[in-house]
Amino acid sequence: MVALTDLPKPDQKTPPTALELKLRRKARINTAIRYSVLIVVGLIMVYPLVWMIGASFKTNAEMFSSPSFWPKEPTIQGFIDGWKTSTPYTFGHFFLNSLWIIIPKVIGTAISCTLVAYGFARFEFPGKKILFVTVIATLLLPNVVTRIPQYLLFRDIGWLDSFLPLWVPSALAGDAFFVFMVIQFLRAIPRDMEEAARVDGANTLQTLVYIVVPMLAPAIISVCLFQFMWTMNDFLGPLIYISSVEKYPVSLALKLSIDTTEAFAWNQILAMSVLTLLPSLTVFFLAQKYFIEGISTGGVKG
Amino acid sequence: MGGDSKYLGLWYVAPYVLGLLLFTGFPFVASFYLSFTDYDLLSSPEWVGTANYEKLFTRDRTFDKSLRVTLTYVFTTVPLKLVFALFIAVVLNYRLKGINFFRTAYYVPSILGGSIAIAVLWRYIFADTGLMNMIITMLGGEPINWFGDPDNALFTITLLRIWQFGSAMVIFLAALQSVDKSLYEAAAIDGAGPWQTFRNITLPLITPVIFFNLIMQTVQAFQEFNGPYIITEGGPLKSTYLLPLYIYDEAFKSFDMGYASAISWVLFAIIMVLTLIAFWSSKKWVYYAGDKRS
Repeated sequence: MVALTDLPKPDQKTPPTALELKLRRKARINTAIRYSVLIVVGLIMVYPLVWMIGASFKTNAEMFSSPSFWPKEPTIQGFIDGWKTSTPYTFGHFFLNSLWIIIPKVIGTAISCTLVAYGFARFEFPGKKILFVTVIATLLLPNVVTRIPQYLLFRDIGWLDSFLPLWVPSALAGDAFFVFMVIQFLRAIPRDMEEAARVDGANTLQTLVYIVVPMLAPAIISVCLFQFMWTMNDFLGPLIYISSVEKYPVSLALKLSIDTTEAFAWNQILAMSVLTLLPSLTVFFLAQKYFIEGISTGGVKG
Repeated sequence: MGGDSKYLGLWYVAPYVLGLLLFTGFPFVASFYLSFTDYDLLSSPEWVGTANYEKLFTRDRTFDKSLRVTLTYVFTTVPLKLVFALFIAVVLNYRLKGINFFRTAYYVPSILGGSIAIAVLWRYIFADTGLMNMIITMLGGEPINWFGDPDNALFTITLLRIWQFGSAMVIFLAALQSVDKSLYEAAAIDGAGPWQTFRNITLPLITPVIFFNLIMQTVQAFQEFNGPYIITEGGPLKSTYLLPLYIYDEAFKSFDMGYASAISWVLFAIIMVLTLIAFWSSKKWVYYAGDKRS
């Protein structure tokens, strides 16, 4: 058996041996098979989304007549009618509600997770081990067990039908996954700069703000982006806590539109669905690398 | 850091501790207590002992059905999704041009998949005259009754989750790329074929990531709610009535908080037992670098 390193390199201009030709052909076939699999799977993956965008520009009649994604007579009627909704509010109102849920939640998550991760990664204190175990345990704890008493708690303090149940747990570092991710990231950062700052007389909070946070920026951005996506997608939270239509985020508004539009207004519903996906898609394409890095370092559900 | 009070770190983790006590610790204990009560939100909880659990296991046929559907769903979705994610990661893990493009294309559904908009889309795709049946008819097949037939409905939800294999795949891919290349060269010199190399080198080295994905996906699959709630609404004939739906209905439609808590504790117990089995068995099959045992 010839070791691979003994093979003449292509740039040496010696005529290729029979074995080398065989290996090259094998590599080409291998590549061709891989590309075919990737392209076929890729098409199946992406087609529903492409088709959905096409369908949102179709008339309702056309939607049920052809599997092609290209609209024959493109129209934006679906967007116009869907935007009006069957409620007194436009779809824009529901987008603002979503935004109003997301922004404080993302800010609260970023600040609290950074503080808590800093505490865990850089300090020794009594009970640290046990507390860290609870972070991991919470990570694996199914929300379904805590949901009912949480609801009762928020009811008793009068927070139902407000955004507080959606904001406050996150502002108290309630998403253990993010805490864990930032801790992992911090552990990989050397402490030299922080120690130097401390020697120069900065206190721990100043060190955190001026030294650690800039170095942590990629991790914090990942946290913000994931929290943005998940909150945009969140359905069960608003479903349980928000009862008046006036405060609905887009996820509930979409569900409402399936329940209330006459049976066949699918083009309106799909048009609004496309709009709902647009913010997440835009953010994802603008900041892809943070997502891929985020899930590669921490490992994410999804 | 020297010189600071040994309690200084506690101040930084204080928000977490407060949140843990209020929104995790207290509700966790409270839901266990509630599962032994009858509580309709109007009067205060009334202690009924194990009556909720007795009813669940002896007289409640909905629970019976819902539990079976949930187990079927989890035990088909999780393995299919992981095998598919690993397969695509292996195909991608090669010096291919455009690897980033494919990685992105496959990852997009994971980002969007939890969204209600996608569930709505699914509901349309599998409708009687929806996209799927139009394609089937175009290819000369018979249209399939996806939502009307109890044998098919659960499959549409499984398919939605498999479609979101991207995040598991990205984690697999990162692990595959960190496998030491010299091991592959050594295997090639020894004359190992691709399958042998995969089976004896790649697979053992990525077991930690397989384990991680397995646990996370299982815990998540047991809590599936959006898919069946929007797409099939639990039907037909409760064939997609997963336990989280049942808990939601009992708690927030029937306002039977005690009974709903009991169901959620059974679900929790199942997840716990399976997680513990996974952790316990991991000693036998998960390989950790630097671990002398294997």
